[in-house]
Amino acid sequence: MATDIIIHDQKDNVGVVVIEKITPKQDCSCWIMENDSTINVQSMDEIPLGHKIAMVDLKEGDTILKYGHDIGKVVKSIKKGEHVHVHNVKTKKW
Amino acid sequence: MEIPKSFLGYKRENGRAGTRNHVIILPVDDISNACAEAVANNIKGTIALPHSYGRLQFGADLELHFRTMIGTGSNPNVAAVIVIGIEPKWTKKIVDGIAKTGKPVEGFHIERTGDIGTVMRASKKAQEFVMWASEKQREECPISDLWISVKCGESDTTSGLAANPTVGNLMDKLEPLGVHLCFGETSELTGAEKVCATRGATKEASDKFMKTWSAYNDFILKEATDDLSESQPTAGNIAGGLTTIEEKAFGNFQKIGNCKFVDVLEPAEEPKKGKGLYFMDTSSAAAECVTLQAAAGFNIHLFPTGQGNIVGNPIEPVVKLTANPLTVKGMGEHIDCDVSKILSREMNMSEAGDKLIETTLRVANGRLTCAEALGHREFVMTKLYRSA
Repeated sequence: MATDIIIHDQKDNVGVVVIEKITPKQDCSCWIMENDSTINVQSMDEIPLGHKIAMVDLKEGDTILKYGHDIGKVVKSIKKGEHVHVHNVKTKKW
Repeated sequence: MEIPKSFLGYKRENGRAGTRNHVIILPVDDISNACAEAVANNIKGTIALPHSYGRLQFGADLELHFRTMIGTGSNPNVAAVIVIGIEPKWTKKIVDGIAKTGKPVEGFHIERTGDIGTVMRASKKAQEFVMWASEKQREECPISDLWISVKCGESDTTSGLAANPTVGNLMDKLEPLGVHLCFGETSELTGAEKVCATRGATKEASDKFMKTWSAYNDFILKEATDDLSESQPTAGNIAGGLTTIEEKAFGNFQKIGNCKFVDVLEPAEEPKKGKGLYFMDTSSAAAECVTLQAAAGFNIHLFPTGQGNIVGNPIEPVVKLTANPLTVKGMGEHIDCDVSKILSREMNMSEAGDKLIETTLRVANGRLTCAEALGHREFVMTKLYRSA
């Protein structure tokens, strides 16, 4: 099955869309680079190439992990399969 | 892939090797640009490097100006240099600095002669230099003569996923062969600064990195009127899916692979600790960063992009790579190396690294980069603070 989403590290709670876009209710195949394993997630939103999808439910104040590292905080709760971007995540810097 | 052990370069008087053979017309200051451009227009095969500064600067800012000017002229991609300034003293200082490499260099000042007389005298010398340089031949040089700088731009998540790790893969393969490597972008390591500090080869290097990053961060906190969210990430980054500066920083950081940096350089400072990876304190603006790295002596640049940065440099060829298939499709004339098949998993990272090594060596041997063919010659001086 073709890869729709790539996840850097198995600790990550987000993945990156690597096809032109995914559509709502799409059953997506996710490849985890770190350990070369595959998992599935069902999308809730339309998400374009390069944008992130939540792999788990996230609540306000939670930390987003990508590359196995802290890349910001959740400012509006996010459900598994939803688009993760500037509308629900902010930097912890500045 | 067996990595070639040599490339065809131009051997210089000081033992360095160039991937290009430019004769440059270097203005010392903004008001000498017209003269420099007139000379370059008269004498075919020379390039003028106009810029905006060089008057009434002082202190560390003036030192950086001289370091950038002298370093640019001294770069092994430059065969010979004409320096033109308004006044004799600063002009001579730059000529003397470049002359230490042993390459042909001559200075001209405009005061008491005017533009027309200066253009005539400088053109005669430029003609002599360019005809001399035109007889230089490429010779076999060890791959360790490559000094490779890197900087990413218009990044998106495909940069961190694929294009930047491709550069990291190249670094991991070429570092053992004795090349010099350089990464910069102090501001765009924000969020990954602690992880980056652990990659110092020595405690001194790690401490120096943290000191450099902290000085930058203090400046941002002092000058910022908001949370910088209008600038970092940029609108292009956000369109490409990058959400925060931390995410951008961890993506950026993929460019150095598993290498450790041996030292931290001032902007435009020449590395002095031998082969290996260096961190340079630079702006994250593409043209400023590449200009500083070229002035430090780097002779070929690798530039991964996501959404499609188009930057070039007049003396250091800038090789662009991207993993974003939409960028390849929409603006392929800017892309020297397409690694978008990493995303569809038709290409692995090691294959991508090999492809980039092959592209890099072809460019080192003389193949024009897309940016060179398209005429990108962005030469942008870094200014530290206002002039006197």
